Order: sequence, then structure tokens, then C-alpha cells
Amino acid sequence: MQCRVEDRTKSPPETGRRGSMIAEIGLYPLFLMLFLLSTFQAQAQNQAQNPGSATVTIGYLGLARPDALESLSVLDPVLDDEGVQGARLAIADNNTAGQFLGQEFVLVEAIVTSRTEVSDGLQQLVEQGADWIVSGLPRAALEVLLEEPALEDRVVFNAAAPDDALRGKSCRANLFHTTPSRRMLADALAQFLGYKQWTRWALVHGNTDEDRLRVKAQRGAAKRFGHAIVDESMWPYDPMARRAEGGFHAIQREIPVFVQAFAEHDVLVIADENDYFGEYFPFQTRLPRPVAGTQGLTPTAWHRAHESWGAVQLQRRFEEQAERWMTPRDFAAWLAVRSLGEAAARTGAVAPEKLRDYMTGEAFELAGYLGLPVSYRPWNHQLRQPILVTGPRMVVSVSPQEGYLHPVSPLDTLGADQGESQCRF
Amino acid sequence: MSFLGTTTIKRTASSATLAVFLLLPTAVLAERVFVSNEKDNTVSVIDGKTLEVVETINVGRRPRAMAFSNDGSELFVAVGDDEAIDMIDLASLKVVRSLASGEDPEVIRVDPNQPYIYVSNEDDNIVSVLDYQQRRRVTQIPVGVEPEGLGVSPDGRWLIATSETSNMAHIIDLESMEAVHHRLVGARPRYVEFTEDGSKAWVSAEIAGKVAIIDMQDTFDVIHSIDFEVQGVPKEAVQAVGMQLTSDGRYAFVALGPSNRVAVVDQQSHEVLDYLLVGQRVWHLALNVGESRLFTTNGVSGDVTVINVEGDVNDFEAIRSIPVGRFPWGVIVEP
Repeated sequence: MQCRVEDRTKSPPETGRRGSMIAEIGLYPLFLMLFLLSTFQAQAQNQAQNPGSATVTIGYLGLARPDALESLSVLDPVLDDEGVQGARLAIADNNTAGQFLGQEFVLVEAIVTSRTEVSDGLQQLVEQGADWIVSGLPRAALEVLLEEPALEDRVVFNAAAPDDALRGKSCRANLFHTTPSRRMLADALAQFLGYKQWTRWALVHGNTDEDRLRVKAQRGAAKRFGHAIVDESMWPYDPMARRAEGGFHAIQREIPVFVQAFAEHDVLVIADENDYFGEYFPFQTRLPRPVAGTQGLTPTAWHRAHESWGAVQLQRRFEEQAERWMTPRDFAAWLAVRSLGEAAARTGAVAPEKLRDYMTGEAFELAGYLGLPVSYRPWNHQLRQPILVTGPRMVVSVSPQEGYLHPVSPLDTLGADQGESQCRF
Repeated sequence: MSFLGTTTIKRTASSATLAVFLLLPTAVLAERVFVSNEKDNTVSVIDGKTLEVVETINVGRRPRAMAFSNDGSELFVAVGDDEAIDMIDLASLKVVRSLASGEDPEVIRVDPNQPYIYVSNEDDNIVSVLDYQQRRRVTQIPVGVEPEGLGVSPDGRWLIATSETSNMAHIIDLESMEAVHHRLVGARPRYVEFTEDGSKAWVSAEIAGKVAIIDMQDTFDVIHSIDFEVQGVPKEAVQAVGMQLTSDGRYAFVALGPSNRVAVVDQQSHEVLDYLLVGQRVWHLALNVGESRLFTTNGVSGDVTVINVEGDVNDFEAIRSIPVGRFPWGVIVEP
């Protein structure tokens, strides 16, 4: 077993940054420099003299990436620190306000390599004082975590598993979701396709369990928004090698044949969550049809091309820290840790029950760089959030689309609604 | 929703006075309204009398906040993607020089007593102070957090910088150039405006859709928070951004973003008196010198709404919609 546990505390301002700032202003009059130095000393003293600051310790529990799972395009980097980097950044962000409020946020991390190590990982986080758990685990491992006696009444933020069941019949009062459900993603796409009046879909899916769940979400979205799935078929081939020599020769012949029997459709919707074939479809269809779903035009919680509503600042902070782009999983972990920061700042408290009450209350709203405040649905603890609809290199739109109304919030037009959900705490 | 063509302008001047006006050079007479178009890299110039665009000035990339020099001869425009402040000569309406500002300037303010421009540099956790006469960087004020919105008190004593990572208003003493108070406000604080007497600062929070009022005389605490609620508009779409306060202390106007409304607030009681429908995604506001008209930038509909704000709140109404460039962001009226 390989179980890495690290302790990370970030207390701004960093020494490196402080040093460079002094170097830059060295050109200015000496008295000013001396003055600034004394200011910094005073600040440092304030921080040192603040041992009574209240602490929130958050544990990140992740699962190492299985070696076999890589995206189809070699342009996508293979990442081994997805999720946890978002949590680290949010700790730093929380501490910017925390330094003025006498609150400190600390992250402890455990990355396990299999489901059987979840118990050990949790144990180590608990021993290091974690009051909250941010989960980067897929559903099966997450359910193991939720059954662990050592978890006690700690809240778990699900920052990785999109399964609708976790928000439905398998929901739990101590499980919060900052990653959108499959259904939220499907609804976000369906609303945009509705806006385009591309209402006849041909659906192509892979042979994995995830793909079957995605298809189910896609069907639910089609039904809700009045779209028709005119045809549906499973891609019959197993994954090809990522770098197969001349792979396109086969693909170029296979795809037009595969889609030719489909009834007249406006758009081809792909369900391929593991990214093993969907990327082949754009431009290979028999009729000129856009490709959407898990590839092509894609609904997603986060994207590097998103820079509106101040998002460029978050992207820059993240890249400075992680030396790579922020992914949806990083963003989900960031949202989880920032939720706690927001709740602690507003309540002036760090006690878990106080933060939890605040997060599920009406007053809670978090600035998530998505144009609208995000908040938790009190009935299943899913974070309601706008969903980006993106091409590979540009944000195409953001759902909910205009005109989709809901008595509580337009954001509740995305994902299963309270009335149809089987979630009961 | 825009008001194009639905109403006519009220003509306040009689034809006799108009005739006299026409004898004088228009540049002297007409009040000019400047609008920065974020997507077009231009500044539209609107004639305050005819309410028509009379000139479009090419500026640097991504123009947003604007401010006038203290002698009124130049207009400064923060051009974010060029990391500079473009300076427009108000006689020729041309960019005559450009001053490096540090990374991604969005909000700028001019000191009332000195030839200084304050610029927030989020990535460096500083506010840069530029001297626009000597064309140099005077100093940098470390604020410890990423500053975004800025406001300077009328006496030049205080600078308030807002930060979206801390959701705070950081109050900086401009004598010591040190942040001395830190106050929690609503989510994503964006804009700061002082009352005419400098006794209070209004801080808008975009995502929270609230305005916090800070006592600037004694406690420096948030003494009141204004909520907005627009019938038939989802609460998430009610976002508070630009503000204008009348100098007589009566009214405040708050742009409410994608709710497409401007709120009229009683400056004394803080009661919201009315919501005026304007163009789409209303962002910033400017009162004219006589405070008889309010100009709003509407980012999504690409226009400026002109609101009559003479008389009582019951008389306030949108009187004209003026198409400008794409994504109008800031608006300012020549003093």
C-alpha cells in the first residue's frame, strides 16, 4: 500500500513575494523603503501574536489515477494531482480573509491507490485533525468512505463523482456535492441545444457503466426539455491505442458507415465518459452534423477558456500555484474548501455544526466566478451552479439558458428537481 | 429591453436659448459623455444635448475604467490587455500618450489633490500610484490581498480597495499608505463611492447583490447593508455594480447588472425607492454635472440608457437609449 499524506498550511504573504516587492521598490527613496519594511515587520508580528486564531482543518482524500486511464488526444496532459490542487488554492484563498478575521485554514492530504485503502487514508486524515473531508473519489470508493465508522458525523464534500444516485436514493445528510451530477450536465447541454433548436438527437454511447449512466441522464434531459432521441447505438469497438499509427484511416471509413442508418437528426450526442472513442466523431459523420456531449460541444463545470466574471483571476492564481490549467475536478475541490471559508467568514465561527447550518441556509452564497452566486440545495446538498457549454478552445455558452424558469432559482432547472428526487434525509 | 424610440427627449431649453447656444462653438457648450466599449477597443463620445454619438475614439485593448485629470484636460482610460492607461486629450479627442500601469488594470481613480492615478494590480497584491504629470510610478501600496474596486475619499485621505478573494473592503490611510482597517462586505465587492461629505463609503457587492455602507468618521464599520429585490427577477440576477450618489445627499443610484434595473435609493434612510428598467446587464452609471440625467452602460444590449433624474423619484424615467460599441463598460461625464 502506498499512502501519501502531506501537511500544507499556507499563510500569506509569502516570503518570496515579499522579497521581490522590496527589491522593486528599492529604486524609491530610502525612507519609504524603511517605512515599508517596518510595516511588514508589524504585520508579521501581528500574525505571530495571534496564536489563538481559530483553525479549520480540512482533509483531502483522493484516489491515484489508474495507469490505464488517459484521454484519447495526446494534446491533453496526463495529470496526477487533479483535485487536490484546487483544494490547496482554496486554502490560500480562505486564508487571505482569515488573516484579518483570526481564522486559519489547514489542508491535510491523503492519496490512496485503491478502494481498500480508503479506510487507512481516512484514519490518517482524522489523526491529523481533519474536521471535514473533501473527496476526490469515484462513487464506489466514496461509498466505502461513507460507511467508515471513523468518519463519525463529519461532512464529506463529493468533488469527483457525478453519479445521480448519490444525489437521489443514496443521498446522505452529511454528503455535499460540489461537482455537478451527470443530469445537471445533460440538462445544461439540452438547454443550449434547445436554444439552437437542435431538438432531434442521435445518441452514440460506449460500453462502460459510466456511459450507461450518462445515457440515462441524457434521456432524462431530452424528456424534460422536449427533445427527441431519434436513434441510439453503441460504439462497437474496444479502445484503440492512444497513439495508433494511421488510426484515422480506419476511423474515416468506420464512422460514416456506423451513423448511416440513423434517422434524420440535428445533432449527434456522444456518451463516452472515459474518452476512448468520442473524440473521433467530429468531422467524420456522414451528414454534416455537430457533435455534442462528452466530446465536441461539451457541458462542463470549468474550462480554461472561461475568463468571464473575474474567472481570469482564479485561472491565473491556479496556474501560478499548480503550473498547469485548472480542471473541473480542481474547481469542484476549490468550491468545497471555499464554501467552508465563506461560511466561517460570515458566521465568525469555525465549529462544524455552525458552518454546516450556514452552508445549507438561505443566506449562503458563494462567488464561483460563474456570473451567478452558487449555493447548496437544502434537500440534497447539491451545489446549484451555472454550467459552461464549451467547444475545445472556446466557451460557447453558459446554462441555464434564458427563459428556463424555476420557482426557486433558474439554477434549479439543471439536475433532478426536489419533486422528482428520491432523496430523503 | 431598450427604450429606443419609445419616448422623446424633454426639451428644457426654450428655442430662444437654443438660438443663443447655436452661436457659440459647440465644443464649449455641450456636455460630453464618454463610454468605454470593452469589446471594441473604443471610447464613444456622446453629445449631452443631442444624445447622439458624435465621435468614436480608438484606444488600447479592453478599455474599462475611466477618470479625468484634475485640470480637466485629459481623460484616462484603463486598457487592461495593454497593461496601460491611455490618456486622451480632450481638445483633440486623440490618445496622446500611454502610461504603463502594471498587470491588467481594471479600476482607476484619480487623487483629488495630487496628480496621482491609483490602479489596482490584483496579481501583485498592490495598488500602484502613478504620477500622470511626471509620467512615472510614484510608489506601490501593498495591501496584502488582491485589490480590485477602488474609491478615494473627497479629501484624499482614504483609499478603499475591495478584494474578491477576501470579500473585504480594505481601508487604506493615504498619509501612511497603509491598510488600516479590513471589513467584511458582500460577495465579490466591486465598486466604491464616497458620499459628498466623505462621511460614508458605499461598497457594492456584485454576487451578493448588496451595498454595504461604511462609516468613515469614527468606527470604519459597516453600519448598514442594502438589499435589492426586483419583482419577477431571480435573486441571483440581482447584482450590485456601479453607483452614483447625488451631491445633495438625497438619492443614490445602483446599477443592478443582469436584472436590467437601476435602483433608486434614499441616501439618508437607505430605503430602496424604485427600480428603473434599463438595457441589458447594466454595469456603470454617471450623473451629468447638473445631476439632472443619469447615463447607464448596458453591456449585453450594447447601449446607453439616459434617465431623467430631475425633480422627485416619481419623475425619474428612462428617456432615451443610445446605441454605442460592443460591451460598453464604463461611463463618465466631462466636468
